[in-house]
Amino acid sequence: MSTSTRSAPHSGSHSRDHLAAALEAFVAIIGRDLLVTRREAFSFLVQTLVQPLFFLFVFGKVLPGIGVATAEFSVLLLPGIVAFTAFVTPLQSIATDLGRDLGFTREIDDRLLAPLPTYLVAVEKMLLAALRGLVAAALAFPCAALILGSGYDVRTDVVGPLIGLLVLTAMLGASLGLLLGTLVPLTRLPLLFSLVVTPLLFTGCTYYPWAALSGVRWFQVLTLFNPLTYAAEGLRWAMMPPSRVSTLATGWVLAALTAALVAAIPWGLRQFQRRVIR
Amino acid sequence: MTAAPVAATDHHYPSAIRVDHLTKRYPRRPVNAVDDVSFEVGRGETFGLLGPNGAGKTTLVDILTTAALPTAGRATLAGADVGADPICARKRLGVLPQRPNLDLSLRLGEILTYHAAYHGVPRGLRKARATELLQELGLADRAQDRIIFLSGGLQQRVLLARALMHDPQVLFLDEPTTNLDPQSRLFLWDRIRALSQRGVTVLLTTHDMEEAERLCDRVAIMDRGRIVALDTPERLQRLMPGATRLELHVTPGDGAQSPAGADLVGDALRRVPGITQVEGPARESGGDGAPRPTVYRVYGDGDDAGKLLANAAQAVVGTGATLHDLRLARSTLEDVYIHLTGRTLRA
Repeated sequence: MSTSTRSAPHSGSHSRDHLAAALEAFVAIIGRDLLVTRREAFSFLVQTLVQPLFFLFVFGKVLPGIGVATAEFSVLLLPGIVAFTAFVTPLQSIATDLGRDLGFTREIDDRLLAPLPTYLVAVEKMLLAALRGLVAAALAFPCAALILGSGYDVRTDVVGPLIGLLVLTAMLGASLGLLLGTLVPLTRLPLLFSLVVTPLLFTGCTYYPWAALSGVRWFQVLTLFNPLTYAAEGLRWAMMPPSRVSTLATGWVLAALTAALVAAIPWGLRQFQRRVIR
Repeated sequence: MTAAPVAATDHHYPSAIRVDHLTKRYPRRPVNAVDDVSFEVGRGETFGLLGPNGAGKTTLVDILTTAALPTAGRATLAGADVGADPICARKRLGVLPQRPNLDLSLRLGEILTYHAAYHGVPRGLRKARATELLQELGLADRAQDRIIFLSGGLQQRVLLARALMHDPQVLFLDEPTTNLDPQSRLFLWDRIRALSQRGVTVLLTTHDMEEAERLCDRVAIMDRGRIVALDTPERLQRLMPGATRLELHVTPGDGAQSPAGADLVGDALRRVPGITQVEGPARESGGDGAPRPTVYRVYGDGDDAGKLLANAAQAVVGTGATLHDLRLARSTLEDVYIHLTGRTLRA
């Protein structure tokens, strides 16, 4: 209480104080989110895993079982399902969060008044949402092994790149969630899922490999504008035995994912700042 | 819109809040929400911003609490520029917002301890301070409660406790007692007084006269984004054209209304020596069918209130009207407000 009248805005110790305060606030907000995530773990997992697991069950087990699809299809499908889970979970979690935060309850205000730059509140949101996506994607593996039984076939020689691709995919979902959640007016937020998420899902090569689209050339070109395509293709490369599939070149995959992130993150952060600071 | 902001010269604290030609215009709005506002609040002072909804109070608070950026001008909190150095300002300020914005995912006690954590209060201190504040605000047995189950009055107390967790130097209370029952209101007023005795600077927005008169050392009256008067409540009351105010409840006589809408009672009152201003007639609600009493507000100068009262009564009766009630009142902040802006506060 004794330092109040002093004003030394840009001295070195001043900015070091700021950095320490911002770091402390950032860590505390992560702590808050981890607590809340833990508390909501069950409903969160049900929300995120039920749909992809049913997909896997019907398309990977039932359809091949009744002879409508080949057993090969489940092997193709799993990377797409994992990509989709890692991508949509953070997107959905951040967009729903923003609906609450920017809407009537304004629950985020207390965090916005913490002594840290406003954009860090959004960065924290993205990190936590991406973490949720990664947990959900990781859990999809043992579930798939259970569902598919002997049909489960995932290569294990490129686990490092696999994790890296999953992180990029989850961050992409989080950054698009932040961007769309702050661009779209609150009343339209429910439309986001039918107008954006569903088209992304079905044009994102999650249910089919890109190379197989060569017969429908215009659609194959269209899918290249969907970042989810690169995530799914990357994961197909990192999960399927190389002999069984040909995917987009990993160089292209990395370049496209990185480019999408570089574009979406700063845009989303700026948009967030604009929405919360009037 | 006569009075320019009156600069306060008689307080000798270094300023806790300094607002310098602050202007805020929201995009696509034709007028400024805050329009060239300047004032200073001394350390430990309780300062009121009084005005109706839409006067610009909340926008001003938003800027001072770093939730909005000024279009022009500058404001500092205990020396920290809210626009240029919001992080520093946030360390020094606490807010009790107009609408509850409590974190619904947390329990009551956690709301306080996490808030303290955001503000870097050491871990060992957080729990102790939360317990102390919960005790002080009568919430001691509620630490484990979920917020959704709390009444509005209790939520307001939690908001106050949260705002105090990091020991702010300047506390912003944005219409703290709107929507509270009288008991909770009195409770909160006591807490606010206790804070100011402890040396916390308080900036309070309200459209409640009584609140401003009872709690504030100085009051700024806001209208359409501008400060139209600023002084102690007592001195603001002396801004009135007449120090004495009469309220007359009158049913006009039969002849009073005959020449198409002529206001015989009002005219008679205006002719009374010593009366400077007549407001009315304002029809009172209720009483269907029968001729309803109307209310006149009369302001007078001079020291002899008794004489003014007698003369006014005589003037009314002289028109053939019936006088039901006559009240003598010192002018209140509400009168000052109406006088300065031509509008009532609760409109």
